[in-house]
Amino acid sequence: MARSSLLHRFLALSSDTRARVFGMALAVSAVCALVVSAAYVTLSPRIDANLAAERSARLDAMIANLPGLQDLLLDAGADNLESVIVDLRTGLAAVNPPDVLDSEALIASPETSTELSPVDDLAGLKRRPDFAEIFLLSSGRELVLAIFPVYGQGYQSTIKAYVALEGDLNTIAGFTVTEQGETPGLGSKITDLTWLSKWPGKALLDEAGALKIAVVRGQAQTDYEIDGITGATRTGNGVSAMMQFWFGPNGFGPVIDALKAGELR
Amino acid sequence: MTPSKTLKAPLIDDNPITVQILGICSALAVTTSVDTALTMSLALTIVLVAASGIISLLRRLIPREIRLILQITIIASLVIVADLILQAYAWNISQRLSIFVSLVVTNCLVLGRAESFAMHNPVLPSLLDGLGNGMGYSLILLVVGILRELFGAGTLMGVMVLPLRSEGGWFEPLGVMLLAPSAFFILGLLIWAIRTWRADQVEADEFTLAEEVR
Repeated sequence: MARSSLLHRFLALSSDTRARVFGMALAVSAVCALVVSAAYVTLSPRIDANLAAERSARLDAMIANLPGLQDLLLDAGADNLESVIVDLRTGLAAVNPPDVLDSEALIASPETSTELSPVDDLAGLKRRPDFAEIFLLSSGRELVLAIFPVYGQGYQSTIKAYVALEGDLNTIAGFTVTEQGETPGLGSKITDLTWLSKWPGKALLDEAGALKIAVVRGQAQTDYEIDGITGATRTGNGVSAMMQFWFGPNGFGPVIDALKAGELR
Repeated sequence: MTPSKTLKAPLIDDNPITVQILGICSALAVTTSVDTALTMSLALTIVLVAASGIISLLRRLIPREIRLILQITIIASLVIVADLILQAYAWNISQRLSIFVSLVVTNCLVLGRAESFAMHNPVLPSLLDGLGNGMGYSLILLVVGILRELFGAGTLMGVMVLPLRSEGGWFEPLGVMLLAPSAFFILGLLIWAIRTWRADQVEADEFTLAEEVR
């Protein structure tokens, strides 16, 4: 048979002929690629489920750590944390929100995302999803807390985080990173509680009302600066760019305007 | 070598960590607690056995010029699969092991066994050699992990063994045990103890010191 004789001829080649070298290199890479891809495809639903569970656990942990919030929730009834799906093009509640609000799924389609020009694309997103789920907590008629999901390009991974703002929509109540793959021991310190605890009380805007929040190198000097992490300058820059984008005009800017004008509640 | 010798030699007599001084980086990084040390040991042992088996099976087919790159490709694929399995079924531990599972690729132990044993021996002895070396590595990791978790946090596998003073007990945890240097101290003491017991492991001096220095 032709095929088996070809195989036999291949096996009979002296182990150093060029055909044998190329043949083995191809065969080993092909089989390994197949095995790795198969494992990824089979296991990724479970890994994604683990990631989602981690994300919601971290959001819960951030809410649990916000000072005074537990009492407010108890006063207002625990289900008062209201989820609103907003349309970032209008800043208002979405009329026909898509079922899946995962950013990767949203940016896959031009109908649910907007292409960003290189000038606007501060956080390295390429496309911005048009919909996002934010959480609002009100006490009576007054907004007490608003939680926004943000993401952006770090040094070597996509960083995903939640930012909680107080009722003035300027003071940061909490910041938590839900997903990152930065350098372990350096950039990955953005998930440490000691670093996250530097965020509450900081402000998005400076005295003149310009969006200034940033992770700086070294020690923070003002209310809108966060201490940098030594050895993780580019991770800090990524977080800064992410905040600049998402709280700017192409991110949640219109949503925050609508919230201030009382058009979202 | 007899099969049982292939299996047992890497435990003490030819231990990859204490005799060959390989895999030190991961031995420092993952031994702050017993459960991470155990998971890492299991991952490395499984990858090592599988890699030795596959490479031994292909040993007559692998051309000499590209043998290292083929070995690494096979080992890297196995490591990625092991990492994915951990992320799918042991999420919390895989987060704590962070990159150290992926770094098994660069663990000299795996490539070392492939190059020096599996390339020259039939499948069964290679599997046993992989298993033996994996167990030798695991043994040291577990000893270091047990010492560090017990004296650093007063627990074993997360269960309180020595009641902490902060929780009404008597034990004041040794913070240094949770830092990387303590693993060096423990490994050094361990190697000293083993070489005192097995004097044949002591290496000859490369040169003799002058009389007055002694």
